[in-house]
Amino acid sequence: MKEKGNIHFCGVGGQGILLASELCAYGLLAAGFDAKKSEVHGMAQRGGSVEAHLRYSKDKVYSPLIEEGTVDVMVGLEMMEPLRYLHLLGENSTVVVSRQQIPPPAVATGKTTYPLHCLDALRERGIKTIEVDALAIAREIGNIRTANVALTGAMSCLLPVEEEVFLEVIETRFPAKIQEVNREAFQKGREAFRLEEDK
Amino acid sequence: MSQARKDDSTLWLAGNEATALGAYEAGVKFASGYPGTPSTEILENLSRYDGVYTEWAPNEKVALEAAIGACFTGTRSLATMKHVGLNVAADPLFTASYTGVHGGLVIIVADDPSMHSSQNEQDSRQYARAAKLPMLEPSDPAEARNFLKTAFEISEKFDTPVLVRTCTRVAHVKGVAGPAQAPYTPEEEPDIYRDPAKLVMLPANARKRRVEVEKRQKDLAGYGESFSENNIEIGDSRIGIIAAGTSYLYAREAFPEASFLKLGFIYPLPEKTIREFASQVETLYIVEDLDPFLEEQIKAMGIPCHGKDVIPAIGELTTGTVRKAISGSHRESPFKEGVELPMRPPNMCAGCPHRGLFYNLARLKVFVSGDIGCYTLGYLPPLSAMDSCVCMGASVGVAHGMAKSLGEKGLGKSVAVLGDSTFVHTGLSGLINTVYNTSYATVIILDNRITAMTGHQANPASGSTIKGEPANAMDFETICRAVGVKHVRTINPHEIEEGYQVLKEEIERPEPSVVITRYPCVLIPEEKKRPKKPYMTVIDNCTGCTMCLRLGCPAISWVPVSPEQAVEMGKKEKQKGYALIDQDMCVGCGQCVELCKFEAISRKEEV
Repeated sequence: MKEKGNIHFCGVGGQGILLASELCAYGLLAAGFDAKKSEVHGMAQRGGSVEAHLRYSKDKVYSPLIEEGTVDVMVGLEMMEPLRYLHLLGENSTVVVSRQQIPPPAVATGKTTYPLHCLDALRERGIKTIEVDALAIAREIGNIRTANVALTGAMSCLLPVEEEVFLEVIETRFPAKIQEVNREAFQKGREAFRLEEDK
Repeated sequence: MSQARKDDSTLWLAGNEATALGAYEAGVKFASGYPGTPSTEILENLSRYDGVYTEWAPNEKVALEAAIGACFTGTRSLATMKHVGLNVAADPLFTASYTGVHGGLVIIVADDPSMHSSQNEQDSRQYARAAKLPMLEPSDPAEARNFLKTAFEISEKFDTPVLVRTCTRVAHVKGVAGPAQAPYTPEEEPDIYRDPAKLVMLPANARKRRVEVEKRQKDLAGYGESFSENNIEIGDSRIGIIAAGTSYLYAREAFPEASFLKLGFIYPLPEKTIREFASQVETLYIVEDLDPFLEEQIKAMGIPCHGKDVIPAIGELTTGTVRKAISGSHRESPFKEGVELPMRPPNMCAGCPHRGLFYNLARLKVFVSGDIGCYTLGYLPPLSAMDSCVCMGASVGVAHGMAKSLGEKGLGKSVAVLGDSTFVHTGLSGLINTVYNTSYATVIILDNRITAMTGHQANPASGSTIKGEPANAMDFETICRAVGVKHVRTINPHEIEEGYQVLKEEIERPEPSVVITRYPCVLIPEEKKRPKKPYMTVIDNCTGCTMCLRLGCPAISWVPVSPEQAVEMGKKEKQKGYALIDQDMCVGCGQCVELCKFEAISRKEEV
């Protein structure tokens, strides 16, 4: 993953997918890549499944959408969501996923149960899957809204961009009040990724 | 506005931000529109630039008419809307083609292939041909910005409104664009420019203008031949592809070696350029999403080509679909076989005032003639309380037509449901018809003070402008009475039993009536700031009856328990679980409290 790559973010509306993908994109731009990012707005944001496609390259990026089977890194802010986009994954994809579970309506109303086997389903297919307890990191820091940045920190280990570049993005683009917590979340996310990868 | 990199001044912009910047740089001084995904953020972004007047209009027709008026004074003017909005604005559009412009006039129309946030998938390019207007189509944010400037130049040069077509994957795609530039300054100040023979479209004048329109079509086609954004890239001559907009991007990605004619100016078409390109390639493909718009015109030129015989007509194209269509080969995912997962559809927010109304409508078992907005989600289970939804404002007319057709048989069995913004948009004229032609159809206005679905834009009933400045707030009760509705009642949708009684009375009334359910959207800033008093489950009291779950509130979830656990908790062995309120999500609307017969829902301080 050097000259170009496809990153897919998925989760549930309200989890901060747009911010996570934006932080990632700014890091790549600062490192001199061209990039395109596709988001979904409107109806899908009301608690539904949400995704963002981010493509980067040293050359010009044409399509804003990731082709089937060609994701390099998938970032799942909610535990079952990566499985919803299985068709985008290929044999060399890595999934970086939060352990956070948000019950969809059928689970919340007791009609079915949460698919706890979702990470096994990825691993059974030979997909490299790194779990990060992003919500726990965010709680530890004292701001549960930073879970998205913690997970971005974790996945950033897979990008051809130095940590410093991302920290500078946080410093220059995040509101002053939340810079420190987000810096901490980002760094803790990176540490968690390294620990998990060594396992 | 966002700088892409620290060391230079290039920008990282969403298509709609880039479009707004392009409009600003083009010297637009007047812009009007109606919110609609994926077009909304164009006007929102433009409203932040100094020296540009922007407004939300009640509907797209009014927005375009206002932009036409502004352009008559010599001001560069813009109207923005989504594809279905152009249907509403079609009437002024077709005749503005005859009057032409004074200052430039550009209409941006944002299509939504694949219907991410729309009720149909129409191809707005057909409007260019039908109204005989030039149309440009950018493929990404950088182009969107540049094309806006070009569009105004074309508008003034050829005395014509210009259409710019974008789509979801331009509007909501972020990309790198060049540094910001100073806005264009027109030579003349806005003024009254009288030219009745050109602007008064009575038949004698219109017949003369009609001739000018045909002449202009020819001139524009000629201009397209040398237009800098119609580019030929000759690569492998075995495959030649003609494409515009995002379709070009997918085709370019799938076939980097092929030859391309990338069109920026998509109507009228540059025939000479197309012929020249076609003569240089062996097999010609026209790659376009939705209708065979380019294909039919190119075939009419007598040029053999492939198009919709291989390219799908439904949904947005992708690199994969274009690759498969042309080469037959497909980069398949090794994981094609998906895993069955519980669906995660969008849902009304915790504390959404609409929920209480739809709960009652489900109880009343009436036919609900719905409309366009967040409340269309009332269709989804467990509320399942919507039976039709056609277009903005349609609910009222549909309910009236049903009432007239059913006669006495239908009394008390149907209602129309629409939001505040939708009522203002086109619902009011439906209500006038209901009264004038007397039917019993009850109209329910879900007044949450804002246009919520598209991201909380102010509307004529909100009491503020696009810039957040104070404005008149339209009085629904008075206007309903003024059009002749004798029974107008306002309720708080969070109060379920009281609401039920009012709805029942009004629905059964054999004459026109309006019920206004008024409570602000939980997502508007004032509501978000209001201190929350969330409810909690008193688990000891919960019998697992599931009444509260029928609301479908995302803050309430079911916790299953085994018979042993149930006994351990002091409950009956057969109790299968209990309902648990997520206190981080609950905003304390209290709808579930009314439904609970076992005092199992309470506020913390009350336990």
